[in-house]
Amino acid sequence: MQAFKTPKQLQAHRKKIIESRPADRKAIAVCAGTGCKAFGSLSVYDVFQKTLKSSGLDKKWELRATGCHGFCERGPLVLMFPSGTLYQKVKPEDVDEIVEQTLVKGKTIKRLTYQDPVTSKWFRREQDIPFYKHQHRLVLKQNGMIDPTSLDDYLTIGGYGGFLKALKMRPAKVIDEVKKSGLRGRGGAGFPTGTKWEICAGTKATQRYVVCNADEGDPGAFMDRSVVEGNPQSIIEGMLIGAYAMGASKGIVYLRQEYPLAVQRLGLALESAREAGLLGKNILGTGFDFDIQINKGGGAFVCGEESALIASVEGRRGVPKRRPPYPAISGLWGKPTNINNVETWATVPLILDRGHKWFSSIGTEGSKGTKIFSLVGKVNNTGLVEVPMGMTLKEIVFGAGGGIPDGKSFKAVQTGGPSGGCLPESKLDTPVDFDTLVQEGSMMGSGGMIVMDESTCMVDVAKYFVGFLKFESCGNCTSCRDGLQRLYELLSDVCEGRASMETLDLIEELAGTIRATSLCALGTTSVNPVLSTLKYFRDEYVAHVKEKRCPAGVCKSLITYTIDEKNCNGCTICAKKCPEQAISGKKKKLHIIDQQRCIKCGICKDVCKYDAVIVA
Amino acid sequence: MSRTPKLDKKLISSILQQHKAGDASALVNVLHDLQAHLRYLPQEALEMAADHLGVSYAQMYGVATFYEGFHFKPRGEHVVTICMGTACHVRGAPRLLEQAERDLNVESGGTTKDLMFSLEQVNCVGACALGPLAIVDGTYKGSMTPAKLSNLLKKMHKKGKK
Repeated sequence: MQAFKTPKQLQAHRKKIIESRPADRKAIAVCAGTGCKAFGSLSVYDVFQKTLKSSGLDKKWELRATGCHGFCERGPLVLMFPSGTLYQKVKPEDVDEIVEQTLVKGKTIKRLTYQDPVTSKWFRREQDIPFYKHQHRLVLKQNGMIDPTSLDDYLTIGGYGGFLKALKMRPAKVIDEVKKSGLRGRGGAGFPTGTKWEICAGTKATQRYVVCNADEGDPGAFMDRSVVEGNPQSIIEGMLIGAYAMGASKGIVYLRQEYPLAVQRLGLALESAREAGLLGKNILGTGFDFDIQINKGGGAFVCGEESALIASVEGRRGVPKRRPPYPAISGLWGKPTNINNVETWATVPLILDRGHKWFSSIGTEGSKGTKIFSLVGKVNNTGLVEVPMGMTLKEIVFGAGGGIPDGKSFKAVQTGGPSGGCLPESKLDTPVDFDTLVQEGSMMGSGGMIVMDESTCMVDVAKYFVGFLKFESCGNCTSCRDGLQRLYELLSDVCEGRASMETLDLIEELAGTIRATSLCALGTTSVNPVLSTLKYFRDEYVAHVKEKRCPAGVCKSLITYTIDEKNCNGCTICAKKCPEQAISGKKKKLHIIDQQRCIKCGICKDVCKYDAVIVA
Repeated sequence: MSRTPKLDKKLISSILQQHKAGDASALVNVLHDLQAHLRYLPQEALEMAADHLGVSYAQMYGVATFYEGFHFKPRGEHVVTICMGTACHVRGAPRLLEQAERDLNVESGGTTKDLMFSLEQVNCVGACALGPLAIVDGTYKGSMTPAKLSNLLKKMHKKGKK
């Protein structure tokens, strides 16, 4: 790639490349996100490459390995442009047929298209599939359209248009634009981005930093991963705009070490941006200097908290400190530092490019734009969904998500990561925005949305989150370090049948103390999963305490595995697979589980084809 | 036969040389690079890294042990990691971990005596659609069940003994 010396040169190159690639050109996009890759999408890509070349079709059809399309459950995904045909669960051996039938003859291969598990309807086009139809994809849409390692691909879809516009504006005007758009931080707290920028820019300093917080630590959330992997240039452009607006010369992306592909893709993107003169000294001849480095995390959840993140970048233990002063005033090495989340940075170029009015026309009064959620757990369509703020939980879970699999019934949806709350069916009409979720005892968080069905035990879920947070507590505050440990023990008492009704009172009291006396958000919000489940699913706690029963059949101490005489036909598979040899019985005769030896591993239930193992 | 890698001080020096001396902000990146080559972080490597970055050994050790991603004992030839994220949890990840613990006869975080396997857990790798998920030597194995995992470990064990 040539190095652009002026904005004009970049603009000319953009124009040339957009004109040379008409929007209706024929292209095949094979998803190479982490999910599809694990299902073998790279071999699908390889076969496509070979077949297209050998048949000479590579002149007519452009082949791209793209970032995540969001519909991970159905990978590997192959999307065709301009027809919009989406093939799912594509295997390498399907490629020949796709080339012959679809590319050459223009026919659809029905078995590779999507069939709705609920309505049994078939869908050819991506945009018609309920999972996509309910979405409003601004940030995610670009993922499916570009090869994340190609800067030219990013330019084709309008990339760096926002930055070019920003360069024509005074920095204060850029901040004003972001402010007027109503964009709020996508990392969880929802602080108005423009205001944060304004505070940082208003400081008297010779050195300022901008940081991208890509330490996506919430278990069950992978929005940021897919944006970094699928469209790393959008983050670079967002940070460039921010750095220009705030007068920062150095940027840092704090990226989770658990995302090796993201580290690699972002590294490549930074290199090509540097080569093109979009990073480094005197960018596009404007006298503006800015460069970005990657700092990898070490696997500590608390480092997503901004003051802990700063400590970690400075080479210290990631322990949060008291705020104020906020990083915007005194951050990295005591200098003003603006920290935004991946999704926030990736949204900024769109706002600059299309204007604040366009952005603020989407969403609700207090929460503008769209938000990406990772819809996971007991839901038919697992994956990433981007929806306008204000959509109800029901529309997300049952519309885009397609409801609960295996005919089971919905129990709860957990939003906001480990510090969020679990909301029951009666709250499904809650619109999803920053403020409403907090009112209901949960929070937006960074966008994890975990669906739970009747086979999920809510006490176990609360214990799971407290166990996670107790492990991730940095150990600074007594209330968080020791309080969560005690809370975990109390919840274990409930799960293991040792608790009394007083235990529940104690849990509530302790939760209140932890919330009131911890320093950072990890501690103060850590009790949300406990308090919200106690509020909405108290009957489950009571069943554990009074009846020593786990209604969902999860808590090991309170359940037993038995074999149903009616359904067991004596196939012997359970006896063969039992790791403890606890199952006995003759061929074609009823089998019996020795309760003394049974370790409740559940393998017998997994392997039984006749539904004869009962958990009660 | 010992599977413990021999400490190669030249290699450590060459890794350290890729980072600016005296720059503490590279600390975590340095730890990652060292571990990628050595599979764990021996004390000598930490000492050399502390010297290079101009921080005390106490700070180096303190930071390294703060994070879940670093290991201070030799790890097995194969690393089996169970994802314990929420999506995997509700789909049965704890049962996978228990199965692996039984099969390998080590607790999570441990390494088998013959240094063939290390069993680890991770909070979430963001591949939630594949859950429950086991990661075997960096390869994601989705929709895992205890029985499938057991078979896989047995196969790997047989292969390793040859």
